[in-house]
Amino acid sequence: MTDIIQFRLNDKSVRLEVDGERMLLWVLRTDLGLTGTKYGCGEGYCGSCTVLVNGEPTPSCGYPVKNVAGKSVVTIEGLAKDGRLHPVQDAFIKHEAMQCGFCTSGMIVEAVGFLQKNPRPSRADILKGMEDHLCRCGTHNRVVRAIEEAASGMKGAVPK
Amino acid sequence: MSDEKYSVPRTDGNDDPMTLDRREFLKLFGGGIVIFFSAGDMIFPQEPTRLQTGRGGLPSDFNAFLKIGENGRVTLFTGKIEQGQGAMTVLPLMLAEELEVRPETVDIILGDTDLCPYDGGTFGSLTVRSFGPPLRAAAAEARVVLMELASEKLNVPLDRLEARDGAVFDKSRPQTKVTYADLAQGKAIARQAKQKPALKKPAEFKVMGKPAARRDALDKATGKAQYAGDIRLPGLLYGKVLRPPAHGAKLKTLDTSAAEKVPGARVVQDGDLIAVVHEQPDVAEAALAMIKVEYDLPPADLDDKNIYDHLIKAAPAGRAAAQGGNIEEGAKLAALTVEKQYLNAYVSHAAMETHTAVVKIDGDKATVWSSTQGPFRARDSVAQTLKIPTQNVHVIMPFVGGGFGGKTASPQAVQAARLAKITGRPVQVAWTRADEFFYDTFRPAAIVNIKSGISSEGRIVFWDYEVLWAGERSSQQFYNIPHHRTVVRGEWGGGGGAGQGGGHPFEVGPWRAPASNTNTFARECHIDIMAAQAGIDPVEFRLANLSDERMKRILRAAADKFGWTPAKAPSRRGVGVACADYLGTYLTTMAEVAVDRSTGRVQVKRVVCAQDMGVAVNPDGAMLQIEGCIMMGLGYALTEEVHFKGRQVLDLNFDTYELPRFSWLPKIETVLLDSPEVPIAGGGEPPIITMGAVIANAVHDASGARLLRLPMTPERVKAALGSSS
Repeated sequence: MTDIIQFRLNDKSVRLEVDGERMLLWVLRTDLGLTGTKYGCGEGYCGSCTVLVNGEPTPSCGYPVKNVAGKSVVTIEGLAKDGRLHPVQDAFIKHEAMQCGFCTSGMIVEAVGFLQKNPRPSRADILKGMEDHLCRCGTHNRVVRAIEEAASGMKGAVPK
Repeated sequence: MSDEKYSVPRTDGNDDPMTLDRREFLKLFGGGIVIFFSAGDMIFPQEPTRLQTGRGGLPSDFNAFLKIGENGRVTLFTGKIEQGQGAMTVLPLMLAEELEVRPETVDIILGDTDLCPYDGGTFGSLTVRSFGPPLRAAAAEARVVLMELASEKLNVPLDRLEARDGAVFDKSRPQTKVTYADLAQGKAIARQAKQKPALKKPAEFKVMGKPAARRDALDKATGKAQYAGDIRLPGLLYGKVLRPPAHGAKLKTLDTSAAEKVPGARVVQDGDLIAVVHEQPDVAEAALAMIKVEYDLPPADLDDKNIYDHLIKAAPAGRAAAQGGNIEEGAKLAALTVEKQYLNAYVSHAAMETHTAVVKIDGDKATVWSSTQGPFRARDSVAQTLKIPTQNVHVIMPFVGGGFGGKTASPQAVQAARLAKITGRPVQVAWTRADEFFYDTFRPAAIVNIKSGISSEGRIVFWDYEVLWAGERSSQQFYNIPHHRTVVRGEWGGGGGAGQGGGHPFEVGPWRAPASNTNTFARECHIDIMAAQAGIDPVEFRLANLSDERMKRILRAAADKFGWTPAKAPSRRGVGVACADYLGTYLTTMAEVAVDRSTGRVQVKRVVCAQDMGVAVNPDGAMLQIEGCIMMGLGYALTEEVHFKGRQVLDLNFDTYELPRFSWLPKIETVLLDSPEVPIAGGGEPPIITMGAVIANAVHDASGARLLRLPMTPERVKAALGSSS
């Protein structure tokens, strides 16, 4: 079954001829070549595959691609604007909030979506907001610090 | 251009240097100055020594080299890999320090089997500890070569010269100088490092010991960092391999007709390998799920409940790993005797990246991208599978999404190689999460029996220790005990297999700090139990029984940072302590926990870790490793345990196999102490090994419940609370 699906991906319009039942993760990684979004568990337990769908952090491994029709999708590759990194990316780099880096894309995308809704989070808010993201290297402490710094640097201003 | 030959000296006692002609040499290394060197970790521990050949018949007596190019840039070629531990950041620092260049002028090529000489693999916190000294020596040797060349060029005697910032200066006339680039220009010099030049003392460090930014941070924060699964090649097929329901299951019936009807899907059956390949990985997986298959299962008599009875019965006779004095004599001195048994479960590596590989075959050559800690082992396995010479296989190392000891072999690369050969197309095999749990080589379940005694003065007088199935590392105690014996039974090979005599129902392997988590849990809990029974504060008890000043210093440093105040346990404050010596790295961890008596849940509120690793080459990196070990260690302490029935692994995903989460994050404080007089030790593993004991001791202090079995799940904590009240 081939469907025609149009949506916005990282601020560009995309038209796909694809089986709409396939999961967004694989269409992104294979058909569209955006490999920054990772497969970690395939069942929404780990958060590695998180992308923004209309601004909402969404595990793409369980999200049929037909559901993005008419919506806006942002992946890790789409966060930098005009050659400038998103403040959350800057903060992750500054605080070295990564080791193997495999969960990092999903963490950063989640944090971006989360700060859009809650620009001045408490530490407890951050822990709660990131709870569904697993990191085997144990970089949690740095991730929390990075998100705290990104939030204070953005001073509640949400970059588009 | 002359036809001169270039010598690559040997260190194996053979005086005949191996010779390469100029064309071969330049093809291999380009021009410039090349220094070869070797580290002591060329082979897998516990594997028989065998001579390994690098590319094109290069000798095997070095396992890295560095090159000063004609453009002045320095390149380090090493078979080590980057799995998140920071190798690509820390190794250039060590090189830059001794060579007297800025770290940003150093490039590093990791794990490429065509460019880098043989290396046994990246594991065991060896990268800095074992590879570091020869790396520094080679860089120092390169500096000497450059200074000799400069002496000739500037016509200034050596003792008046000084190297700094990529140039050699006349000390008395700093305007007289020559850069390394100028010195390397038009040269083709190859030297074997003799390890003679004196290494700098820590007080002289300009680069080492100072914080340095990760080299991979930008790529990882932007999604550009490529892992094996991100390699895209023309004609690439994705293979999904049928996983049996249990190890040892025998195929009974197979019906692939539905899968074959999926457009573009091809079912491959090659002996034991049944797989579907497709241009889309998800379609391959969906087609694989349509295969109807029945198996005969092996007997399911073992499970995660009765496994310890089995392992105790199956344990072979042991050998003494350490002993002193006489246990019987010691027992006579004891006013109090404590005898306990400690249990630790199978745990999974559960790296976020599942095993993945891409194999592309061109005639009798193959290129491999593999998520592995052992690129040369991957090369050899693929060569063997394809029946081609090892030098025809080129392994290129992408980033590795976590290893922790679970990615030493590359079975997925072998699967990809078989599928690539059959289909005639490049093939990627990426395991599903369920595959990953099933094929994992778990940390072995293990048992420790300890019988010990203390005198009426609170001194440990004897220590009779026996570890079953975990292995030897960290089993030797470091307290001042006159009569002691440590026996190791049921060892495992370190490279897979089901342990001595096949005691385990599945393969086991190294898991971040192999054996040490189990041995440290048992020893440090037992020390605490003795202290509590003697009515002595656990820190005071340890200090009174230690004579190693370095260990006492690190224990006191942790106590200072933590604000430890002496009390007899259980003090109801929920504080705990554990000490360890991990291959020369000394550490003390202290923790504060809260135990929810109604649910049995343990919340770790605060962890202080004081570590002395000689010198922390990159303190930032070392702290990140400590924090990571603490977080990862919470898992095996509290929840992580492989569930199984027979040889069937019941855990398929992270719903039943619980990893630590953000809500578990304690307040973490680290203390780094230097001991410049001791060799630099590794930091990728030590702080994980104290986590079981420090939490168990804190749980006891909080509640009076003593848990002798890991993980301390809520059910087990509740049960222990019930029996302690």
